[in-house]
Amino acid sequence: MLEVRDIHVEVEIRRRRLKVIDGVSLSLARGETLGIVGESGAGKSMLGNAIAGMLEPPLHIAGGSVTLEGRRIDDLKGEELRAVRGRRIGMVFQDPLTSLNPLFSIGDQLVETITTRLGIGRAEARRRAIALLEATGLPDPAERLGHYPHQFSGGMRQRVVLALALCLDPVLVIADEPTTALDVSVQAQIIRLLDRLCREHGSAVILITHDMGVIAEATERVAVMYAGRIVEIGPTERVIRAPRHPYTRGLMASIPPIDRRPDRLAQIAGSMPRIGTVLPGCPFSPRCPSAVARCHEAIPALAGGNGHLAACWLDEAAS
Amino acid sequence: MTRLLPFMLYRLGQGVLVMLVVAFISFSLFTHVGDPINNMLGEEVDETYREQLREDLGLNDPVPVRFIRFVGNAVQGEFGVSYRNSIPVAQLFGERLPATLELVFAAAVIALALGIPAGVYAAIHRSRPSAQVIQILSLIGISLPTFVTGILLIYVFSISLDLLPSFGRGEVVDLGWWSTGFLTASGLKALVLPAVTLALFQLTLIMRLVRSEMLEVLRTDYIRFARARGLPDRLIHFRHAVRNTLVPVITITGLQIGSLVAFAIITETVFQWPGMGLLFIQAVQFVDIPVMSAYLVLIAFFFVVINFIVDILYHAVDPRLSGTLSDGSGKGMP
Amino acid sequence: MTSQHPAGQARRLLRPVARLWQSDLVWSFRNTPYAVVSLALVLAIAVTALCAHWVAPHDPFDLASFNILDSELPPAWVEGGSPEFILGTDTQGRDVLSLIIYGARLSLLVGLASVVFGLVLGVGLGLLSGYVGGWVDALVMRTADVKLSFPAILVALLVNGVARGFLPPEMHGQIAIPVLIFSIGMSGWVHYARTVRGIVMVERRKEYVLAAQIVGRKGWEVALLHVLPNTMSPVTVIATINLATAILLEATLSFLGVGVPPTEPSLGTLIKVGSEYMFSGIWWVTAFPSLLLVVLVLAVNLLGDWLRDALNPNLQ
Repeated sequence: MLEVRDIHVEVEIRRRRLKVIDGVSLSLARGETLGIVGESGAGKSMLGNAIAGMLEPPLHIAGGSVTLEGRRIDDLKGEELRAVRGRRIGMVFQDPLTSLNPLFSIGDQLVETITTRLGIGRAEARRRAIALLEATGLPDPAERLGHYPHQFSGGMRQRVVLALALCLDPVLVIADEPTTALDVSVQAQIIRLLDRLCREHGSAVILITHDMGVIAEATERVAVMYAGRIVEIGPTERVIRAPRHPYTRGLMASIPPIDRRPDRLAQIAGSMPRIGTVLPGCPFSPRCPSAVARCHEAIPALAGGNGHLAACWLDEAAS
Repeated sequence: MTRLLPFMLYRLGQGVLVMLVVAFISFSLFTHVGDPINNMLGEEVDETYREQLREDLGLNDPVPVRFIRFVGNAVQGEFGVSYRNSIPVAQLFGERLPATLELVFAAAVIALALGIPAGVYAAIHRSRPSAQVIQILSLIGISLPTFVTGILLIYVFSISLDLLPSFGRGEVVDLGWWSTGFLTASGLKALVLPAVTLALFQLTLIMRLVRSEMLEVLRTDYIRFARARGLPDRLIHFRHAVRNTLVPVITITGLQIGSLVAFAIITETVFQWPGMGLLFIQAVQFVDIPVMSAYLVLIAFFFVVINFIVDILYHAVDPRLSGTLSDGSGKGMP
Repeated sequence: MTSQHPAGQARRLLRPVARLWQSDLVWSFRNTPYAVVSLALVLAIAVTALCAHWVAPHDPFDLASFNILDSELPPAWVEGGSPEFILGTDTQGRDVLSLIIYGARLSLLVGLASVVFGLVLGVGLGLLSGYVGGWVDALVMRTADVKLSFPAILVALLVNGVARGFLPPEMHGQIAIPVLIFSIGMSGWVHYARTVRGIVMVERRKEYVLAAQIVGRKGWEVALLHVLPNTMSPVTVIATINLATAILLEATLSFLGVGVPPTEPSLGTLIKVGSEYMFSGIWWVTAFPSLLLVVLVLAVNLLGDWLRDALNPNLQ
């Protein structure tokens, strides 16, 4: 249903042209849930924005294509692009407080979206809005339509944001760190809610997060990103149980196990190369504990069978 | 919710404090400069009579007593007699105030009616050449001193084209407590150049502020989320963004109206407009202490009131701050 | 990246200086034509004005050098003009070009002095406010709030008026310029103070300050070393925009007759004196100083605008 092919995103700042996404390809089936995981700055959000056509200048797509339900959408502009937004692709941003316009009641924002995009009357739109809020588990939705965003708690606000993202029945929802700004106690609830709502609406989901726990809980497949590239992609269970890229292994080691209190968490030494740093070899090689000479010389491509691919010279699939 | 009340009380207290400081400066001016007896009687009068008068007027009382008396008088609008005009300051102000307020009103209408739309336009279409032209014009606008604008307009419209008068208020209609130039053709004609002059600088400032504020709003998450829902640009710009832009703009606009009163001093000097500003400038030049200190107190009062009104408006516009709307924030916690 | 250790201090201290002169800024400058033109104009005006004594064709202070017979001559290219007086002469026969060169000198000097005064006061108060905190901070910041709600021109006028009120009239002439600098400086300190205070607040919470305190060094000493370089970019931008405002304020106050004494040529007094003769058709005495003033202020404003964008960390 969604086909991203060799997408490149660049930004020109002053006289420099920086690569933010460097040739990412992935595909998504109808109703499937794909996680994208990585450190901040790995290009996860950029990838989400590039797919949704939400890149802000000076960021732009410099190559590759995005196809949704057989139609190319990466080169759309103006009205055509607007027709895709919300209606085909819904988005959920990180902070529900800043995602909602503080000066409009939540009902106003929902009804406005439904009436302008679906061309139905206000009364009908209002009924839909109430039904949607009800489905998100917001108590007394009819009464709370008139309330302003600041009158809700963080978790409740994110429910409203989910209702807004799903109110036009999109085939794909891109959720960019939907729980990061929330209280730990409601994070799991929101993730489960996102999962359930998207299943009910038949929407596929791209869930962007830096939290491996969230990935394990809510996704069927996962793509691990590092420095603007996918370094490993495959079924979530297999990637977690048998990671093939040293970076993924590092990420796994940094999750606290649930059953016992660890003495200390493993940490990946060093930090990701700055955007714009061009390395001849694998971008992870400077931090890689098991890097060999070859790793510093050439960039490995994604390889592997059974839908589980990794980009590493040390992985047997590559050699 | 009662968050509003303590805030208002706090601002009110702050305002009173500012007024007291200004009143003290003003009072010090009075006591420091010259001997008011000399001003009233001249130098030839007999010393015992002077002493008598000094005692009668309470000039020998301790400073705090005199300050309290000064504040008491000021509250009643009593500032003494102008050294230069030999008229009570209150009466002088009564005559001059309508001229200034009418000028400021006309200029504010021009500045807001053109400045806000221009700023919104320049923000929405910031990469269009027309918006960049507006931006360049606005920089020229803030680099043009008010008096140069005034002189230029006088040269073009009064001297070269002989279309509009270059000084004075024209004919005014006396309404008893207020003299207005709005009701006569010559009054309105006389108003054009000063009002445009006064408006121009503020117009460019308002335009620039609205533009940068709007650009800020256009970068926010809720505007991005609105775009991500495919709402039409028209709705995003004029419904969502403009409303959010106007919240801070209200504050700025209030302060701009205050600025207009200050800049009126220059405009009134250029156009010999018989208002408070011209009076004040003449008072500074002649060191006419009663008029200066009264103006000081009055203008400070004016600014304190404006700031207070702006605070209230701010709370009325923004639902996050208006206490009456928040009744359910404790409800429905997850 | 908040973990610095004191050893890297010297480098850190120099880094913002290097950043300021780093090629990015220079590159941006070279690629912004209006910035180049503005800087060239400002420098040309400043150099000409400072060398007034050698550059100006006539000396407007030398009574013997001008002749009443040469009075009211229009600019050289207008009929009746003389090539000796390119921009014409005023009612006393003084050369307008020389007048505006000397006028620009006084305007620039007063403007610069006021900026320096406002900057020192503002940065000082900002540092004090940020480090001491508590009631000092509250006092400074509330004063700043109040000050900010009054327009600069009004503050300058009121400070000026009050100063005149307190000083005996016979002193007004000689202290006019210091009073002017004081009143313009007083109207501009708030932006520096707020910016510097903000930076201090951020820096003093950083780990290296705490670390330095633990090893027995005074936290503020360490932080000061870091804060001052960090304030350079914003303070430069504020000072540039402030210079435009200060020049405008000087001209305005002089025009209103409460700034520079009328006997001294500043751009403001020249425009004021000239505007009185405008009705008799002598437009050039007021037009040229006005033009120079507007060009100067516009150039400084453009420079400030460019600097603000070029040094904006969000765009880097």
